[in-house]
Amino acid sequence: MSFFSNITVGQYYPGNSLVHRLDPRAKLLAMPLIMAGVLLAQGPVGYLAAGLPILFGYAMAKVPLTALWRGMRFLWIFLIISLVLQAVTYPGETLWEWGIITVSREGLSLGLRLIYRLVLLVLAAMLLTMTTTPVNLTGAMEKLLQPLKRLGVPVHELAMMMTIALRFVPTLLEEAEVVMKAQQARGGSLTTGSLEKRLGATIALLVPLLAGSLRRAEELAIAMEARCYRGDNGRTRLKQFQYRYLDFLVLLILFAFTILVGVERWI
Amino acid sequence: MVHNRVILNLQGVSFSYPDTQDKKALDSISLEIVAGEMVALLGPNGSGKSTLARLFNGLLIPTSGHVLVEGQSTQDEEVLWQIRQKVGMVFQNPDNQLVAALVEEELAFGMENLGISPGEMTEKIEQISTQFGIHELLQSPPHRLSGGQKQRVAIASVLAVDPEVLVLDEPTSMLDPGGRQEIMRELTRLKQVGKTIILVTHDMSEALMADRIVILEDGKIVLQGEPKQCFSQEDRLVKMGLEIPPGRRLAQRLKQKGFDIPNDLLCVKEWVEFLCLK
Amino acid sequence: MSKIIEIENLQLTYAPNTSLQRQALQNINLTVESGEFRAIIGPQGSGKSTLLQVMAGLEVGLGKVIVDGLDLRQKKNRRMLWQRVGVIFQQPERQLFEDSLYNDVAYGPKNIGLSSEEIERRVKTALKKVKLGEEYYPLSPFKLSGGQQRRAAIAGILAMEPKILLLDEPTAGLDPKGRQEIMNLFSELCRKQGITMIMVSHDMEEVAHRADKVTVLQKGTVFLEGGPQEIFAQGNQLTEIGLAVPFASELANALRERGKNVSNVTTLADAEREVGKMLRRRNGH
Repeated sequence: MSFFSNITVGQYYPGNSLVHRLDPRAKLLAMPLIMAGVLLAQGPVGYLAAGLPILFGYAMAKVPLTALWRGMRFLWIFLIISLVLQAVTYPGETLWEWGIITVSREGLSLGLRLIYRLVLLVLAAMLLTMTTTPVNLTGAMEKLLQPLKRLGVPVHELAMMMTIALRFVPTLLEEAEVVMKAQQARGGSLTTGSLEKRLGATIALLVPLLAGSLRRAEELAIAMEARCYRGDNGRTRLKQFQYRYLDFLVLLILFAFTILVGVERWI
Repeated sequence: MVHNRVILNLQGVSFSYPDTQDKKALDSISLEIVAGEMVALLGPNGSGKSTLARLFNGLLIPTSGHVLVEGQSTQDEEVLWQIRQKVGMVFQNPDNQLVAALVEEELAFGMENLGISPGEMTEKIEQISTQFGIHELLQSPPHRLSGGQKQRVAIASVLAVDPEVLVLDEPTSMLDPGGRQEIMRELTRLKQVGKTIILVTHDMSEALMADRIVILEDGKIVLQGEPKQCFSQEDRLVKMGLEIPPGRRLAQRLKQKGFDIPNDLLCVKEWVEFLCLK
Repeated sequence: MSKIIEIENLQLTYAPNTSLQRQALQNINLTVESGEFRAIIGPQGSGKSTLLQVMAGLEVGLGKVIVDGLDLRQKKNRRMLWQRVGVIFQQPERQLFEDSLYNDVAYGPKNIGLSSEEIERRVKTALKKVKLGEEYYPLSPFKLSGGQQRRAAIAGILAMEPKILLLDEPTAGLDPKGRQEIMNLFSELCRKQGITMIMVSHDMEEVAHRADKVTVLQKGTVFLEGGPQEIFAQGNQLTEIGLAVPFASELANALRERGKNVSNVTTLADAEREVGKMLRRRNGH
């Protein structure tokens, strides 16, 4: 419980805001629009404009900033590394020099723009997952990807896999914790000792987890079969999604926004 | 048993697992189960009781003999799905039989598979969750529930498709006493409303509430009858590794000491009545 | 007898300062004598397993915890603990992983860094105790039956030759015969080899039968503590918090309520004696 409860990146945050209530399909469709805006943006106006819908979304969703910060925590390390790399490797007007390391103006500016875009993309994705329950997300995905079925893509099966994964991730994390403690009590520690010993301890954790998962999978398959599961065959869904005018309106506004951001690029 | 409609009919059923063909997991089992009856299937580990449970709804197909559900054979692939709807099954490990990420979706799963309309599902979920007292859990993910709650959700979601027979394969063996009580209370309620129930267990005290006990050993039925009737064969049951309720064990001990103890003393209440007699 | 476990004013909070914050243990004071068989009982979520993990050094709370002379407030002491304290988790067969039964049991002793002769001696002794013969040594632990897997996992702990054994519902999910065998083994280890046993259990018959002393937890605090006879005489208090009472105690309590003169009993053997007395008195009249 204590070890794995830290993993909360972009976890659903209950609420009843406009963003929460949008049809999950509309929210999913909004993603490529927002992303296109972020990627097309050029120049300061475009950058600001691309960020606006995301900012607006967060303001309405009323997601607490602490939850947001916790979700982004691990990302910062990655972002700072990429900024430094860009700044020192890109050739251009020297801004600052220290031994063999030179920071160029172009590199710094490119790095900052890159970070800005990445942060926006992550924020957009997090807004989606923080305001949409996983169940709705998978349901919406299955619905939206429906046309791909004709091309032979196993859409239903993929959605079912995601549902089952959602259902079992907490169970498996719990199991991982128990097995880890059990091996620790036999002297197998993942964090101390020689590399060889740590490797051994990793195997001692992974093999039981794998064996446990296989056993679970087998039992689950039997239980599903017993409950008449046979794929998509004649299956109905409890969750019915209903587009409302609002959903279209939001998508339309986003679309217009993206066009506007893009226009700046070409004129 | 008011009605005598036979729901499940096993005719000379034998079964062997593919990898151990020389050894029969079940050996010529014949058994009739009538509507509204509650049967407890008892036996030590490896006696074949779980295998038998899986034959009832065609999860396993007999190597010889027939399993008939309301006259339809599980060998007939055409009707297999109808049979599985008629014979619902609850398994031992609550964690490994819940499919959905929310209780509500779990209750819907079987109905979704049968193509029931969303409106009808919503109604049924409302009704069954109220019956099982799990209404406030509808929006919870299963991993937040206690073992007893999980198993109740499992039973409720199997009953959501209105099966004729409910088969439970050691539903309490992984639960704590509180969870066990929850499930036994639920089963008592279902029995009262006339559900046909087959309970696989190795716990004698759970088997007591059944109308009939069927005891398996080495893939054969070795004993069957009313619970109290079966307890008269105590020595044999102990030898099989079955657990005798403590009330019976006490009677046995005192009898050996030469005391005259009636044959039907089981629970504390009956003992107190007997001991406080004048 | 000397104290082998001393806990003073233990507090433990899960996920502090977050929305998931949960007080698991509070104000726990507990001492266990060396060689004692202690049972810890309590309803679901009362903190039994957490307490056990604190004693194993796998969870850390606030307050003094001393196990076998090691102060667990210090990290280096917690790291040393595994050589003296064995833990048998719920469904311990989940921890099996090696390619053969022999190697799996040898995992712990190997981690201690013992000589290969000593490892062999310990593995063989442990497997003998759980009655798994040499024919099983080369088999994959995953090929064993459920009951055998449980015993194999227990052997893996016994091979570390711990002074204290922490048992978290060691018999859950086993059939009556398997349960008996394993409980007999633990009793024997406690009585003959002086290993201190601390067992979390829901099986009140076993608790009544085996334990020297019982600690009842409720909502993370110690609710009752005493010998099994004393504890199970409190039938009403226990049922109020959702715990069962062994058959013999339930019978004795019920008879006392009807005004009969019956002493506190917990096991069937005691019940047989008491009921026998009553029947003799009745027949005598």
